[in-house]
Amino acid sequence: VDPVLLARIQFALTVGFHFLFPPLTIGMAWIILWMMTRYVRTGSELYRNMARFWVKLFAISFVVGVATGITMEFQFGTNWAQYSRFVGDIFGAPLAAEAVIAFFLESTFLAVLVLGWNRVSPKIHWFSSLMVAVGSTLSAFWILVANSWQQTPAGYHIVNGRAELTSFRDAVLNPSMWPRFFHTMDAAMVTGAMFVMGISAWFVIRKQHLAFAKESLRIALVTMFVASILQLPLGHWHGMQVAATQPEKLAALAGHFKTQNRAPEIVFCIIDPPETRCTIAIPGLLSLLAYGDYNATVKGLLDFPRDEWPPVVPTFYSFHLMFGLGIYFCALGSFGVYLLWRRRLFNSKLFLRLALWSIPLPFVANNLGWIVAEVGRQPWIVYRLLKTRDAISVTVPATQILFTIIMFSAIYALLFFAWLTMLKREMRRGPVFGKAEAEEVAA
Amino acid sequence: VTDGLQIAWFWLVGALLTGYVILDGFDLGVGFWYLFARKESDRRALLTSILPYWDGNEVWLLTGGGAVFAAFPAVYATIFSGLYLALMLVLFALILRAVSIEFRLKAESAGERRLWDAGFAIGSILPALLFGVAAGNILSGLPLDASGNYVGTFLTLLNPYSMLVGVTGLALFATHGALFAALKTDGEIATRARGWAQRAWVVYLALFVASAVATAVQPAIIANYKASPALWTLPALALICILAVGYCNHRRLVLKGFIASSLGIVAIFAALGGALFPRLVPASNDPALSLTISNSSSSPLTLKTMLILAVVGVPIVLAYTVWVHMIFRGKTSIVESY
Repeated sequence: VDPVLLARIQFALTVGFHFLFPPLTIGMAWIILWMMTRYVRTGSELYRNMARFWVKLFAISFVVGVATGITMEFQFGTNWAQYSRFVGDIFGAPLAAEAVIAFFLESTFLAVLVLGWNRVSPKIHWFSSLMVAVGSTLSAFWILVANSWQQTPAGYHIVNGRAELTSFRDAVLNPSMWPRFFHTMDAAMVTGAMFVMGISAWFVIRKQHLAFAKESLRIALVTMFVASILQLPLGHWHGMQVAATQPEKLAALAGHFKTQNRAPEIVFCIIDPPETRCTIAIPGLLSLLAYGDYNATVKGLLDFPRDEWPPVVPTFYSFHLMFGLGIYFCALGSFGVYLLWRRRLFNSKLFLRLALWSIPLPFVANNLGWIVAEVGRQPWIVYRLLKTRDAISVTVPATQILFTIIMFSAIYALLFFAWLTMLKREMRRGPVFGKAEAEEVAA
Repeated sequence: VTDGLQIAWFWLVGALLTGYVILDGFDLGVGFWYLFARKESDRRALLTSILPYWDGNEVWLLTGGGAVFAAFPAVYATIFSGLYLALMLVLFALILRAVSIEFRLKAESAGERRLWDAGFAIGSILPALLFGVAAGNILSGLPLDASGNYVGTFLTLLNPYSMLVGVTGLALFATHGALFAALKTDGEIATRARGWAQRAWVVYLALFVASAVATAVQPAIIANYKASPALWTLPALALICILAVGYCNHRRLVLKGFIASSLGIVAIFAALGGALFPRLVPASNDPALSLTISNSSSSPLTLKTMLILAVVGVPIVLAYTVWVHMIFRGKTSIVESY
């Protein structure tokens, strides 16, 4: 078997699984901060228990994110040694920065947030909650800096067969960094909010812990609504940047083969490169969205060398599915806010069920977006500098990669199952903190 | 200036790994003794003692990994691809361990508890052993080709010398962890932990001496020591610290014993650094192929940028780490629900 393919499968598997968790915990961290703020401001037991319950679910998810994240820090070296040698001068810095600036912050203050209910004052507890939210966001920032540099390298020159830093500022603030950061952060807010909203809806449906559930639902719904609507301009911004910096990716995600002006935006089609069938398209919209001009020329894939095309089929479908889900989130959020305004939110069985069953969808959308970004960058591992097939560890035999893929699959399956079990358990227990809590007190 | 930056990063990476071994070392060590504590309340006490810390401790490993990647990318590439299977085993172990610690305390059935107990114990013991094996291999050198790729096999790594260093490391972690457990628990389990520390210490002392002798008879490893005999004070200091561990524990001065154990780790890493410098990965087949601070480092600009980050960032990290230890100071008893 081709070791490059195996190494890619392994990377896709380990990042894809890991990437389920950080967006959830980042989004939740800010929602929890809001609850902690309400608690500190009002001193209300309702908000205290609310924050405490969501912190539990947060911690269960966070630990899976941490555990699967350990792999990521080392995988560049284990499976992508040639890549590490080529980009280490630039790529290693954001990873180290992430650890020093973000990981320590979130992991240390999380301990206080989770275990500090009877140990620290509400203000310090609130501060810990803030540090967890800030830490997880900084972590997203630095890892997206690293990823963005792969997409749109900047601030470097090539010496001795490797990329060397010429400007740290330019490398960090590379062209795709801010659009990617805000697009991903906002997706994290949608993910965290949908999670809190869906589980709160579950309590409302079952008529349990109603005061807690209704207030949590309200907070999450408003967050979800704002974040999903905000994703329209943010996603658009990111798309315009892709059009400007990675035209092949744009052509692939849009299923655009022939260079033309007034390029149509395909809403639906069956794609069979270089053909599209059963196409429903809106004339001129791709030109308008990509370049802000209805008449702009959009270069099609046929005008790029065939061996520099990204895999069109996965890129195209992932993008369109992600986009569809994004629109669905806007619709669901708007529906919920309308019901809230008409004071019918908590009686609408339809909305409550939709909210519950939609919990997995943002996770799906996140991974689809990640596929668009990463598969759409192929065949490059660093855009136009290094090809993926030249980046692997030449000394690692295919059999060993296969063995570790099997191990990762088994362990991750166990983690996923355990995660769901723990969530279900906490949900059944609910936001109840009585004598059972009997927290330890310093001797 | 370049030389200065490279030298600074050599010792900084060493400092980060030392920090990792001191901090995560105690919770790995607690994991070693976990299986010996058969009573449910003892197991919970041991887990609770590390609960607020293990995650932050593990970040030291990630930081060390990130620092090697950023400062010496060629070393990062060579070691992690070369020691592929060994490192993957460590990763699997650490992944299992992380979730086991958190999920064990929420387990509801005996079967579940057994699963997470096994995950925590294996997840602690395997890395504790393999870190030393890796250190032994790096110290005695790896067979490398001209592009810096490892040309040995997995079995090459399991040589007697490295295995000896591996079990020495395990004894170090076991001693360190038992002292921490004695420090943070109460009653019967604390007494037992002191007993564990005493037993582990005897093994640790014997294996340390054996490893030191096995190292001293290999001229390739101790070339630096021959050139500057003053370096011998470092392993001597390590030995003194280890002896102090046994003395303090015997006198029931647990905190002092733990500090002595930590200082011993510092001295051991300093001694290792003294032997390796300026090499990071000696080539066992041809010294000219060794990866050194000058042929494997990043550009001066990257080293400088990262140095600023480290000088500003690490003290802040240390400050709030100490703060958290203050919050959770004293003995920890059982957390029912968190």
